[in-house]
Amino acid sequence: MATRTPSSPTTPSGQPRAAYVLGGNRIPFARAGGRYAQASNQDMLTAALDGLVARYGLQGETIGEVAAGAVLKHSRDFNLTREAVLGSALAPTTPAYDVQQACATGLETVVSLSHKIRLGQLESAVAGGVDTTSDAPIAVSDRLRRVLLDVSHAKTPQQRLTALARLRPKDLAPATPRTSEPRTGLSMGEHQALTTAQWGITREAQDEVALRSHQRLAAAYDAGFFDDLVTPYRGLTRDANLRADTSLEKLATLRPTFGLGLDTPATMTAGNSTPLTDGASTVLLGSADWAAAHDLTPLAAVVDAQAGAVDFVHGVDGLLMAPVFAVPRLLARHGLRLADLDYVEIHEAFASTLLTTLAAWESEDFGRERLGLDGAFGTVDPARLNVHGSSLAAGHPFAATGGRIVATIAKELHTRRAAQVAAGDDSPVRALVSICAAGGLGLTALLEAA
Amino acid sequence: MTDRYLELVNSGLTQKLAKQLGLPRPAVLRRYRPGRPLLDGPALVLGSGPDADTVAALLSSPAGGAAPTGDAPAFFDGWDVEVHRHATPDVRYAAVVLVLTGVEHPDDLAGPVLAAAGALKRLRPGARVVTVSRPALGTDAPAVAAARQGVDGFLRSLAKELRGGSTGNGVVVAEGVPVTAPSVVAALRFFLSTRSAFVDGQLLEVDSDAGELPEDWERPLVGKVAVVTGAARGIGAAIADVLARDGATVVAVDVPAAGEQLAQVANRVRGTALQLDVTAPDAGERVLEHAKARHGRLDVVVHNAGITRDKLLANMGDDRWASVLAVNTASQLRINEALLTSGDFVDAPRIVSLASTSGIAGNRGQTNYAASKGGVIGMVRATAPLLVPFGGTANAVAPGFIETEMTARIPAVTRQVARRLNSLQQGGQPVDVAEAIAFLASPAAGGIVGRTLRVCGQNLVGR
Repeated sequence: MATRTPSSPTTPSGQPRAAYVLGGNRIPFARAGGRYAQASNQDMLTAALDGLVARYGLQGETIGEVAAGAVLKHSRDFNLTREAVLGSALAPTTPAYDVQQACATGLETVVSLSHKIRLGQLESAVAGGVDTTSDAPIAVSDRLRRVLLDVSHAKTPQQRLTALARLRPKDLAPATPRTSEPRTGLSMGEHQALTTAQWGITREAQDEVALRSHQRLAAAYDAGFFDDLVTPYRGLTRDANLRADTSLEKLATLRPTFGLGLDTPATMTAGNSTPLTDGASTVLLGSADWAAAHDLTPLAAVVDAQAGAVDFVHGVDGLLMAPVFAVPRLLARHGLRLADLDYVEIHEAFASTLLTTLAAWESEDFGRERLGLDGAFGTVDPARLNVHGSSLAAGHPFAATGGRIVATIAKELHTRRAAQVAAGDDSPVRALVSICAAGGLGLTALLEAA
Repeated sequence: MTDRYLELVNSGLTQKLAKQLGLPRPAVLRRYRPGRPLLDGPALVLGSGPDADTVAALLSSPAGGAAPTGDAPAFFDGWDVEVHRHATPDVRYAAVVLVLTGVEHPDDLAGPVLAAAGALKRLRPGARVVTVSRPALGTDAPAVAAARQGVDGFLRSLAKELRGGSTGNGVVVAEGVPVTAPSVVAALRFFLSTRSAFVDGQLLEVDSDAGELPEDWERPLVGKVAVVTGAARGIGAAIADVLARDGATVVAVDVPAAGEQLAQVANRVRGTALQLDVTAPDAGERVLEHAKARHGRLDVVVHNAGITRDKLLANMGDDRWASVLAVNTASQLRINEALLTSGDFVDAPRIVSLASTSGIAGNRGQTNYAASKGGVIGMVRATAPLLVPFGGTANAVAPGFIETEMTARIPAVTRQVARRLNSLQQGGQPVDVAEAIAFLASPAAGGIVGRTLRVCGQNLVGR
């Protein structure tokens, strides 16, 4: 292999060089138990990766590093990303590793790989994420597991029988993955119901968010926006959850599913919550030099990121409110306010998550007391928010959402900047990506059009 | 789709049975594999005069350079074939080349033709008969025109007599174009090789001495960027495979709904996938933009995407008619126009389009399809002259009965019959169409201007 002189990782101003999003590919998202019910995480991630390779002609290429993850993961998939790389058309000399940060996994892979590019450790990278709720890992119960281990360690038949004799019939029941927070016993939906009540979010407002998500996603598909972002898989050409013809009337007929035990009216339904979904996404990242050498166009730079966490167990903040605190810190580092952002992408874990986030930012009291500001943090113009739809319409395979959002918004940033420059306007075009996650986590990132 | 009948009559007990019963026994055709020699036996070159000597020298000269000696014509890069100028008894020929460019009277045909006759009983399986002649024009002297057109009738009949998978084809060289012209040499090589396994009874015109011979006959498309539409499956996927095998960088195009298979094709041929509907108004611009951005250039466009919507005209709905014309012809016209007006398709460009024998001979239930495919034939005839100033050309390939998903849908009995209605008595494979496309896309084919080559095994209908 020929050696290449690595380009200097710092620009003349002393800043680390930029890391660019060059493109992305995902498979359409399927509903749990639907088209992808027989597909494994490895199958789906490999398919998304191969579609990316085909789009950008990367067959046989040794990418700097591939990082991806899955939240619901079989123990046999310990090297999931590496196995996907070995099954793809990339060169087998491409290293890979797995990442886990619940629903923020996909964005975390983008962020950490962008750092390696900026430091000059990598010239190119692929970030990704995949999740299946159809092919969920099932384990044996803890008592059965301990008995089986004792049996395998036993040296005499007598010892084995003693170990087996400890088993009771109920020990044979399989252990399915928990969907609730370990320390509170509440599901994510129940946690969000508490936050919805805390902020007084109405049913109508949530249904409107859901409607907008479906309408915008459908419009993007119809306009061919996803023609170079999505490769069909197992017969699906569009996200199965998308309801292009939904309406407020239809959404209003759905019965609430979370918050039924609270004093306040329950307002969260299957229509304004994301469903359980299967799918995978990938994002191609690279330095300017690598992009030029491969005839690829940088779409957007990954400028900065900020993680956050809330004490949802003993504190007052809702499980999914961490980004509320992370975003102000991120923007402050760049002297920016919400109004300076051309696009804001807030993952729609639930319609009310988006609304409680915006409500916290719009609240004078919250801004002063919790964010240490002079007043409210700011507002977001709905015309700039999730402009091509988001998780409520597309669905939310946990680790795949970060890649979906980053690839979509990077293309939009690039398109918008090209139009602005053609009209003689050279100002920066910026986007905020905000993703909440289980465990009271949140990850946010700032992207700027290349 | 496999031809079970062909398999049965060529193997085991059923083969013996078929022979005893005198059932038609289509031969298993040998197809092209890189690395094999051009011919698996000697060639008989018949005809007198300088052209015949030149062709004999081309075939027999060693590959890669021997200096010419004396007055005998010789080539620096010949094909290293054992050449006989007279039929030798007991020799089984792999090819018979009749160089008839010099015939001026029908009486002149007798000599070479009867010399060939003797060798016909002893041809190897899969042998090649190729004529080289001139076109009969209204401006020729009557005797000359009679002789020249006589070659046409002779070749088409001979092709119907050949057995064992052997084929007969002809190169018709325009007046003033020497037999050493790149397109004549390349056409001769194509017809002699296993690439033309399913081309039979066809006479291909060479109109000029434009074109460039390849450095390596096995990789004639090295350095070229080729776009193939409808590349996700069937004939389109085979075209992508063959163009890549011949050295091209392939941009595989198909509708987004076919994206999964398209990605697999693109990865297999190490090219790129472009999800795009060719009927989009800006399809031409987007194809060109992708090829330039990703690969720096665009040299070849293969218009393969096409649909059928069969119905008797009496029952044809408006949409059935319109959609077929829109996809099969109108979209190609639009894309070609975008390419021609872009100023970026100017370095010996090639357009190759898929027509069909339906467009030549007609087919019941396919008035729309045949109109669209006839449209393609007319389109390349008129588009080619626009590309000639840039060293380019446009041509079409008209497949006959090819084993694809499309023909698999024909009812079983009709399909079995349709397969046998050609001299080779079998359906062709997608790769057969792809080889003809690759030939017309190659730099050497620059002298073939606006022609349509049938890949049909010499189908009974039409010419």
